[in-house]
Amino acid sequence: MTADGRNDPTGHQSSGPATPETGVGELSDPDVLGHAAPSVDIAGGEDEMAMLGQWKLMWIRFKRHRLAMVGVVLVAFFYFLAIFAEFLSPQSPHDYNRHYPYAPPQRLHLFLRDGDQLRFRPHVYGYTSTVDPASFRRTFAIDDDQIIPVRLLPQGPEYRMWNLIPMSRRLFGPVEPGAPMFLLGADRLGRDLLTRIVYGARVSMTIGLVGVAFSLIIGIIMGGISGYFGGVADNIIQRTIEFLQSIPQIPLWMGLAAAIPQGTDPLLVYFLITVILSVLGWTGLARVVRGRFYSLKTEDFVIAARVDGCSSLRIIMRHMVPSFLSHIIATVTLAVPTMIIAETSLSFLGLGLRPPVVSWGVLLQAAQSVQVIANFPWLLLPGLGVFFAVLGFNFLGDGLRDAADPYATG
Amino acid sequence: MTSESQQPQQPEATGPNGNRKPLLSVRNLKMHFPVVKGLMRRTVGYTKAVDDVSFDVYPGETYGLVGESGCGKTSIGRCITRILEPTAGTILYDQGDGRPVDIANLRNRDMRPYRSELRMIFQDPFSSLNPRLPVLEIIGEVLKVNGIADGAELEARVRDMLRKVGLRAEYLRRYPHAFSGGERQRIGVARALASNPKLVVCDEAVSALDVSIQAQTINLLQDLQDEFDLTYVFVAHDLSVVEHISDRIGVMYVGKLVETGTVDDVFSRPRHPYTEALLSAVPKADPALRDAGKRIRLPGEVADPSDPPPGCYFHPRCAYAKERCRTEEPQMREIAPGHSAKCHFAHELDLKGVVAAETASR
Repeated sequence: MTADGRNDPTGHQSSGPATPETGVGELSDPDVLGHAAPSVDIAGGEDEMAMLGQWKLMWIRFKRHRLAMVGVVLVAFFYFLAIFAEFLSPQSPHDYNRHYPYAPPQRLHLFLRDGDQLRFRPHVYGYTSTVDPASFRRTFAIDDDQIIPVRLLPQGPEYRMWNLIPMSRRLFGPVEPGAPMFLLGADRLGRDLLTRIVYGARVSMTIGLVGVAFSLIIGIIMGGISGYFGGVADNIIQRTIEFLQSIPQIPLWMGLAAAIPQGTDPLLVYFLITVILSVLGWTGLARVVRGRFYSLKTEDFVIAARVDGCSSLRIIMRHMVPSFLSHIIATVTLAVPTMIIAETSLSFLGLGLRPPVVSWGVLLQAAQSVQVIANFPWLLLPGLGVFFAVLGFNFLGDGLRDAADPYATG
Repeated sequence: MTSESQQPQQPEATGPNGNRKPLLSVRNLKMHFPVVKGLMRRTVGYTKAVDDVSFDVYPGETYGLVGESGCGKTSIGRCITRILEPTAGTILYDQGDGRPVDIANLRNRDMRPYRSELRMIFQDPFSSLNPRLPVLEIIGEVLKVNGIADGAELEARVRDMLRKVGLRAEYLRRYPHAFSGGERQRIGVARALASNPKLVVCDEAVSALDVSIQAQTINLLQDLQDEFDLTYVFVAHDLSVVEHISDRIGVMYVGKLVETGTVDDVFSRPRHPYTEALLSAVPKADPALRDAGKRIRLPGEVADPSDPPPGCYFHPRCAYAKERCRTEEPQMREIAPGHSAKCHFAHELDLKGVVAAETASR
């Protein structure tokens, strides 16, 4: 307080003329009080920071995380595809064209050479097909002479947006309905792969969310009981988690998925698959929640809340949960890609979703044999979708995890 | 407290406070933590963090509890505020109407009316404030939860409180991260005092602060004590701080109170060898006094509270220990008026206190 330290009670031997009582007297002096808190005058720029709650601080930190922003863009892109699949895809996912099985990808050309002039006229080139008389295999070649004009918002067959709104225009497509346009190639039945990947995003991106939502509910309840009450309940739950985690995942999923009878309604299968995925998914989340409860239970500010006279419920809801909610969100974000991968693997093995449901795993089923991959490599493209979606989620989750505790130093 | 060997001790029948009634009367308090082991979590023993401790705290005074880390002083503070549920003993709290209530044996729910009267200041100004709540809600929580104030009235009281602890009232919408350690501790003080408490347990309230901030905070605490007529139980390991702020102190060793009395008595004429050793370790700010007292180095380690030695817990480290100390546990005895010690030879030993330059002027 003062340079000569005469009010310093820690120097108990100090024999200065001032007794400690004068220190008390001095403190009531407003001048000294102002002096007593020198760093109180925080600069104007930081003034705003001082009033920011945890979510705003998290956002500030999150924005600085470059990879996380890449993740946001990727994830947002895929969900955008999933939500507006009908409008964004050039066809319906079940439209087939028997003339173009395994048609290779076309390039989209924007300009057309008209004499000496280049004109903006988006188009793709058509195919000429030849059938090998020995193997009956049809091979396609791009034919520069057939010009298939392409435009934004072409008139096409009627469809219903979200099964509700009747529409007839899609974002882009051939001017003439039914003309062959396969920007990412076609599959065995001549269905447009681009369309099917866009539709596949719908199932693959949501199955992760729904599965994680189930896991989260079970995980928070079990982890909360385990962490807050401890004792026997904790012991039982933790041993159960260890038991579940020691079962090899893929065989367990396969076993459970095989138990779904053939011919079950595709929607029900979708639901059951998410349940199967979350049977194991909750264990990790429960551990995170339990750990948070355990560490927070002895945290001073939680004890302070008890001294304040808060009830258990108030302590949990107001003082504990907000402290780890952000961590849970980060963990959940990192759990979504696991679910996406799991769905893809199961469907790839033929145990998850089955056609006519369109998911990335189902699409990849078509690319199971080396022969197919060697001849029609574009069938692997749905794998790129999985790749970028998972990558996006992981970046996003990493960023969230780093931003989750804005009060951590360093 | 019925057992013959554990007669309710009367450490201070007459004290500096004359025949005033104690605000808080701790009797034979025990806090034992079970030691669990193995997969089945069997209890294999108990850590006796607080073992048969009795003392009185009078209204308006500051009672200092000192001792090494792990001696149980914090546990006592936490029993008084009922963060911990004591294993045995009573803590009689005089609520003012002549009917003392035993807060040691209240159920958690029944404790709630006293939550606003028995408050606590925490050691760590960083972990004790919820970083996710603005100052208004941190300080106002006790008022809101106990139905003392709400809405605009609550805000007015928090503003008032902030001003009293030397912070600007406009800061009430700020979050703790905007404050320095000393300021945070002021917020902690404001939280403890917002509900107009009678007793405040200061659990190492200044230990985490640097020395200049310590001085400010201690002066603030003393200032507020006068203003609000507060009673403090001041838990600390720093003897200089305790000497400065306390009226009476209790010295603890391995869960037991070994000596209690007024600050002047204990510091100038300690009656327990452990107190003497503690006092000799106090750094002396005056170079002229540097060689005045030799520092006593205690041999060995602090006894394990889950497996204490027989007899006097301090005997393995005590320079004055005799055969009797190894077998018979000493009882708390009043050596001089208001000054008690737990040593067989408290009368005979001539123990060295600190040269009372400052205390003499008190």
